[in-house]
Amino acid sequence: MTTTDVATVPVAAAAPTVPDAPRRRGRGRLRTVLLGLPVPVLFLVLWHLGRAQEWELPLGLRMGFLPYPADVAAGLVNYVAGTRDDAFSSLLWEDLPASALRVVSGFALATLIAVPLGVLMGRFRTANSLFDPMINLFRPIPATAWVPLVALLIGYGDQASIFLITLSAFFPIVLGTISGARQVPERLLEAARMLGTSGVGTLLRVVLPAAAPAIVNGMRVGLGLAWVILVLSETTGVPTGLGSTIFLARDVVQTDQIVVGMICIAVAGFLSDRLLTLFFRVLFRDRPLIK
Amino acid sequence: MDTQHLAAGRTADVRIAGLSKVYAGGVAAMADVDLTIASGEFVAVVGASGCGKSTLLRILAGFERPSAGVVEVGGTPVTGPGPDRGVVFQDYGLFPWLSVRENVAYGPARKKLPKAEVAAVTDRFIAAVGLTRFAGKYPAQLSGGMQQRVAIARVLANDPSLLLMDEPFGALDALTRADLQTELKRIHVDTRTTVVFVTHSIEEAVYLADRVVVMTGGASHGVPGSVRRIVPVDLADRDVTSPAFNAVKREIAELVHTVPAAA
Repeated sequence: MTTTDVATVPVAAAAPTVPDAPRRRGRGRLRTVLLGLPVPVLFLVLWHLGRAQEWELPLGLRMGFLPYPADVAAGLVNYVAGTRDDAFSSLLWEDLPASALRVVSGFALATLIAVPLGVLMGRFRTANSLFDPMINLFRPIPATAWVPLVALLIGYGDQASIFLITLSAFFPIVLGTISGARQVPERLLEAARMLGTSGVGTLLRVVLPAAAPAIVNGMRVGLGLAWVILVLSETTGVPTGLGSTIFLARDVVQTDQIVVGMICIAVAGFLSDRLLTLFFRVLFRDRPLIK
Repeated sequence: MDTQHLAAGRTADVRIAGLSKVYAGGVAAMADVDLTIASGEFVAVVGASGCGKSTLLRILAGFERPSAGVVEVGGTPVTGPGPDRGVVFQDYGLFPWLSVRENVAYGPARKKLPKAEVAAVTDRFIAAVGLTRFAGKYPAQLSGGMQQRVAIARVLANDPSLLLMDEPFGALDALTRADLQTELKRIHVDTRTTVVFVTHSIEEAVYLADRVVVMTGGASHGVPGSVRRIVPVDLADRDVTSPAFNAVKREIAELVHTVPAAA
């Protein structure tokens, strides 16, 4: 065996795989996209057929009362661009800001309370003993069960709506923060102390960044729940909002508009999660965080 | 190595008298330890696992409270961790979300120094450990040896009067370990900071230290850890292959591995 053989063998073996690798990865992505299509398409086809032939499904689901997918599409266009000139024309641009403001206020309020409380509960046994029973007592109460009480305590309007959103978003954020704060490596706390960090400083400079991934996870779950609770929270008699419009559509038996409202909430929830993720990506830049 | 010389820093003496440590549950880690260290001295502490050498260091750092006895650094009793006593851990303890520069700047920034001064101090100590080119990297992007250099620069940037090192080179490969030993020696010559250096390696202790504290006993031996003897290292040059060096090593090894004769 000569040295040239040794040198050429790996090059020859590597040569075909190098240009092929991105192509194969591209093909994999295409495959993923293509595989994602059949089930939603089938769903739309069955929806259309079921509506046309007025299928009756188990649990008393009468598809004859559904709108056609095409009607929903038309309703969506009207809701966004006002093509039909009815009560719902272009209403999205009033509903979305109103609902988003409620979600953001409730979510921000929940974060402001849950993160400091979670840090304290995760780090100090006394704080944990004080608040843990209350949190576990209140956590299983569904937001729906709060609605009648909130209607009496706060009345109808924005504040009641924000209260319900805050309540629902609070628990996942506080639990995420507690678990993150508990898992901070002891060594990093010692390092901070011996470098001259005060007790409170340690919470801000070590516990908060070390717990950041768990806090972010809790916040994402909390934000998702905030949108889930939005519809319920807008039964409290607020005039505008994605949820209120769904109830308005029910009252005037306009099923296509109900589905349009559902779709808009799903999209808004998805986009707000992307925005939150983007916000943290900008905030942390590419800093390696503790996994 | 593109390292720079450092100016002399602060330094303090250490006085430990009648020090005992009993853990919750009654396990006695250490009893009746007396040790006095002069300003600028380099003292190594060796002993078998569980002899209390790390506990001694953690008490000096202020991470643990003594059960009894006196612990003073620079004449002041130790009541908790503080920037006057820098600790270098075996597992580095760097903040993973901070760059090398930010890790080293951490201590000076806590002292509320002007920004320009923090930057100057940071650059000087990063240069002193030869990591200028890596200042923007994160700890996870560096080798173990480089991470330990960052950890050393980080405590030195705080100008401590006492440097506490807990098996700092124990996790490193032999070559990196030798490099860092040489560098630490140079840093000590420059700064004259008092050093307490805990290690498993007798050779490392004899190579680096002015005096080697040999500890024996420990909870696992049924007796509390204590200082068996303090061996001065009076070697003009620390050639690890010389007969004189090995004679000191042998003397210490015997003290570490044999049981003291019953009194």
